[in-house]
Amino acid sequence: MADLTHLIPVAAVDFANSATMNDLEVAKAKYLGKTGALTEALKGLGKLSNEDRPAAGAAINVVKQAIESALTERREALLNAEQAKQLAQESIDVTLPARAQAMGGLHPVTLTLQRIEQLFHSIGFEVATGPEIETDFYNFTALNIPEDHPARAMHDTFYIDEANVLRTHTSPVQVRYMENALKNNKIPPLKIIAPGRVYRVDSDATHSPMFHQVEGLWVDEDISFANLKGVVQDFLQKFFERDDLTVRFRPSFFPFTEPSAEMDMSWNGGWLEIGGCGMVHPEVFKHVNIDHEKYRGFAFGLGVERLTMLRYGVNDLRHFFNNDLRFLSQFR
Amino acid sequence: MQFSENWLRSLVNTDLDSQALNHALTMAGLEVEEMQPVAAAFTKVVVGKILTTSKHPDADRLQVCSVDVGHIVNGKNQPLQIVCGAPNARPGLLAPCALVGAELPGFSIKEAKVRGVESFGMMCSSKELGLSAEATGLLELAANALVGQDIRQHLDLDDHLLTLKLTPNRSDCLSITGIARDVAAITGATTQFEAITAVAADTKETKAVVVAQPEACPRYCGRLVTGINAQASTPDWMLRRLERSGLRSIGAVVDITNYVLLQLGQPMHAFDASKLSGDIKVRFAQANESLLLLNDQEVALKVDDLVIADSQGALALAGIMGGKSTSVGSDTTNIFLESVFFSPSVIAGKSRRIGLSTDSSYRFERGVDFGNTRNALEYATILIKQICGGLAGPVTEVIATLPERAPVQLRLARLVSVLGIPLTQADVDKLLTQLDFSFTVANEVFVVAPPSYRFDISIEEDLIEEVARLHGYDHIPAIAPVAALALLPATETSLHQNKLRDYLVAAGYQEIIGYSFVDENWERDLLGNTHPIKLKNPIASNLSVMRTGLWGGLLDTLSYNLNRKQDRAYLFEVGAVYQQQGAAYVEETRISGLAYGSAKPEQWGVASADIDFFEVKAHVEALLGTVSDQVVYEKAEHTALHPGQSARILRNGKAIGWLGKLHPKWQQHYSLSKSTFLFELSTEAILARQLPAYQEVSKFLPLRRDLAVVLDESIAVDIVLRTIKSANISLITEVALFDIYQGPGIAENKKSLALSILMHDTQRTLTDSDADTAIENLLKLLQNHFSAILRN
Repeated sequence: MADLTHLIPVAAVDFANSATMNDLEVAKAKYLGKTGALTEALKGLGKLSNEDRPAAGAAINVVKQAIESALTERREALLNAEQAKQLAQESIDVTLPARAQAMGGLHPVTLTLQRIEQLFHSIGFEVATGPEIETDFYNFTALNIPEDHPARAMHDTFYIDEANVLRTHTSPVQVRYMENALKNNKIPPLKIIAPGRVYRVDSDATHSPMFHQVEGLWVDEDISFANLKGVVQDFLQKFFERDDLTVRFRPSFFPFTEPSAEMDMSWNGGWLEIGGCGMVHPEVFKHVNIDHEKYRGFAFGLGVERLTMLRYGVNDLRHFFNNDLRFLSQFR
Repeated sequence: MQFSENWLRSLVNTDLDSQALNHALTMAGLEVEEMQPVAAAFTKVVVGKILTTSKHPDADRLQVCSVDVGHIVNGKNQPLQIVCGAPNARPGLLAPCALVGAELPGFSIKEAKVRGVESFGMMCSSKELGLSAEATGLLELAANALVGQDIRQHLDLDDHLLTLKLTPNRSDCLSITGIARDVAAITGATTQFEAITAVAADTKETKAVVVAQPEACPRYCGRLVTGINAQASTPDWMLRRLERSGLRSIGAVVDITNYVLLQLGQPMHAFDASKLSGDIKVRFAQANESLLLLNDQEVALKVDDLVIADSQGALALAGIMGGKSTSVGSDTTNIFLESVFFSPSVIAGKSRRIGLSTDSSYRFERGVDFGNTRNALEYATILIKQICGGLAGPVTEVIATLPERAPVQLRLARLVSVLGIPLTQADVDKLLTQLDFSFTVANEVFVVAPPSYRFDISIEEDLIEEVARLHGYDHIPAIAPVAALALLPATETSLHQNKLRDYLVAAGYQEIIGYSFVDENWERDLLGNTHPIKLKNPIASNLSVMRTGLWGGLLDTLSYNLNRKQDRAYLFEVGAVYQQQGAAYVEETRISGLAYGSAKPEQWGVASADIDFFEVKAHVEALLGTVSDQVVYEKAEHTALHPGQSARILRNGKAIGWLGKLHPKWQQHYSLSKSTFLFELSTEAILARQLPAYQEVSKFLPLRRDLAVVLDESIAVDIVLRTIKSANISLITEVALFDIYQGPGIAENKKSLALSILMHDTQRTLTDSDADTAIENLLKLLQNHFSAILRN
């Protein structure tokens, strides 16, 4: 039998010259097809003697395997090339802007309120709420501000009718909460914060007729003025994420606390007024039937807009209620 | 309260400098709101006297003056030659003269030639010294001014104006004396009050006083002073102190009463005695009585207004203001001086009612020292005699029951536990002594007798505050509380409001905060509310009624932003609405949204399309979450909404909100070029959730069949789906709509609904015949309820 080894390089050239899968199939047929050289050679094996046949068969198979292997190699190369071409075609500019979804956001005052709630929640304060159209009794009288008391002049009050006002502070929530707590047999310790809208007849660059306060109250058997300072200072340090921040108390007057203090916070080398506070006045405890000999409490009120302005560097209170999207969208 | 620092320093001997004094006052609760120097900084300005003037040879408006500034050289007075342009420069005039080398606000004085004439200084106006904003000529000084004296000394210019922001409890500090007393208590300095001695009567002339209301007027002191010169001029020192307290001079008598008010805190009044008829009577006003006040305000008196009257009628509104008819004028020669203690409760609220707050009413309603009533009268008499001359009559005093200053107990243990600082008995003893309170102490319990000038010491806490104040709030440490720990409840079946916010933020909405009081028109137009809750004293007419819905604020915010070139706005607010129900006011929290503009932000590769009803409905569904199952959208009309695109939202049959497109007429009204979608839900109604309850997950695969049915177009899809759901057809677990078709092949007034049906059994694999039976049952149901037929 003729030696077919010479076909190996010939087929390799043929395969290499096949630019497409079709060409490759045609080239393959020349060697491995029904009438291909190797197929013909295999057919010819029958004519050989039994002695010669195995060696001849083995020789053809060696050639066949070599050609098949060349074929597979070429086929893979062509496939790879085809895939590479497709991948190249599918290539995109990954730096193009994303398929944009509109992004919403919370009002900065809400961000502050949520932060305050979260911080106080972490030491066990619950959130309490109360009505914004408040009775004269809860807004004033129950807080030890009787009618005609000069302290009422400190509150520029919006009136609804003889007996109802828009609450001028969140302090009435204290009274309502303590009243309810006792009705439901809940005894101190009582720890709440009361966030919400409050109203004063005042409107200029630094006053809004509506703004937000957070009232805090802690009633317990052994709670002190020094603790009040401790809690407020801890809060402010955490809220502003500044350990160096300190709180200064200045004597002040609120009819519903005694001793009372204005709270100042150290800020950029000076002091900033941040709210009012004090120990719950015995008269307030009397209104809600809490034994003021046994229990003591502290209360504080913080201005939410003020905290927000300091936190984010907002310089004009009016931004908060103009609701300009260019302003609001900065807090996302 | 505004006053001169030097006046205060004349009554208390403190070595603190101005800044330190300011700080000490503030930290003791007498907040210094403002501290301003009386005059700008300047040097080398003295009292000068113009000896002669002559016309400047080369300038019409200038004069060459010879000015005596007290320079003595070799025993001889050496006047200065000064060129001056002031119109009032004249021989004999005493005026400030800035010497060569003087530093004035903004410039300095050098030897100069003014149009060829040498000038050795400058005569000054008040403006040039920074004392006033405007001036028309040289500042004219009193004739007795000492030539050559430093002007700062002469006019007492090294002084500050202090403004205190006093809290209502500290009426004792509404006088220079009171502040001085507190400064002494705070700093340990000593007071140096003038001793006031009783003025011996020069005459026997008196006026009888009848106090008909002793409770309202527990102490009345009055006296006649006759033969005074009301035209006497008020001394400079007094004028200066009054002026630095913000009071202008009115005439010697009134200036003196004002001065006593400021120095001692006791309001005083002087009547022109010649205009009084009969006895003085302190009584409540009679019905229909009226009074013309000093400020020309006519007041219709009420029967609880206390007045000072004579036999002819009311003369003065007690504790607030005197009347016009008996006021002291320049021709007055006899006066009746009064000094009274009125009960705070009688004066409180009156000035607010009349709309007239005076220095007097301000003090009386907070509390005036009833231990000093007569003393103040004596002091005023001394000053009147000194300045206006005249002869004093004896004092008429009517005294009833004065306020009681009950002893107040202070337990050391209580104080320590309230303040949280370990003060000792000796510490407290020292602080109470500093306050000049009289007290006794035994077994760590103090019993304190509050002085008559303190209206704010009646319970233990008052004393604890005083001790803390004197100890210094700054010295109270910040101590974290020690308390028992308990976890807070965490209710899983009620969402937090913040969760709702988060859903809308995720859907692209920006939160806003609108005012709770709104324009009355919004309520009427958008919510059909013609009887809103009105504010009695709104800050503006467009912020006058309480809102019953949030859409007004959202639309207003939309307009505001569209006017600022925004073209897309998704807004929401969470807030209360306010309703009146009978006599009660009811508040409810709502979550409300507005969507306007393109569904997606403008971008490459996406065709811009405006948002539609169903996209906004998806946002509402996001809010509802699992509650969606219990919610029905019902076609209904709303004042603000497009009648064909509005739905009332119900949860378990109860209305909880609205969703719809803004009515075209309001769209036009608000000049909106595109459709605006609105929704509003009661937060309370959607916060309640169910705790997830596990259902077995089937091991067998579900079977899906799709089918289309044709029915009347008027039938709401929601009803069809609900009917299927509530029928609970065996094996059918889910039915969803995937297409609606109307057009060729479907009869007019009909529509085709394409439904996907999911079938499931937890126990076995379903066969085709199982599915056929289920679908048959479904079709029967639809046929029975809606006359629906299977579409070919």
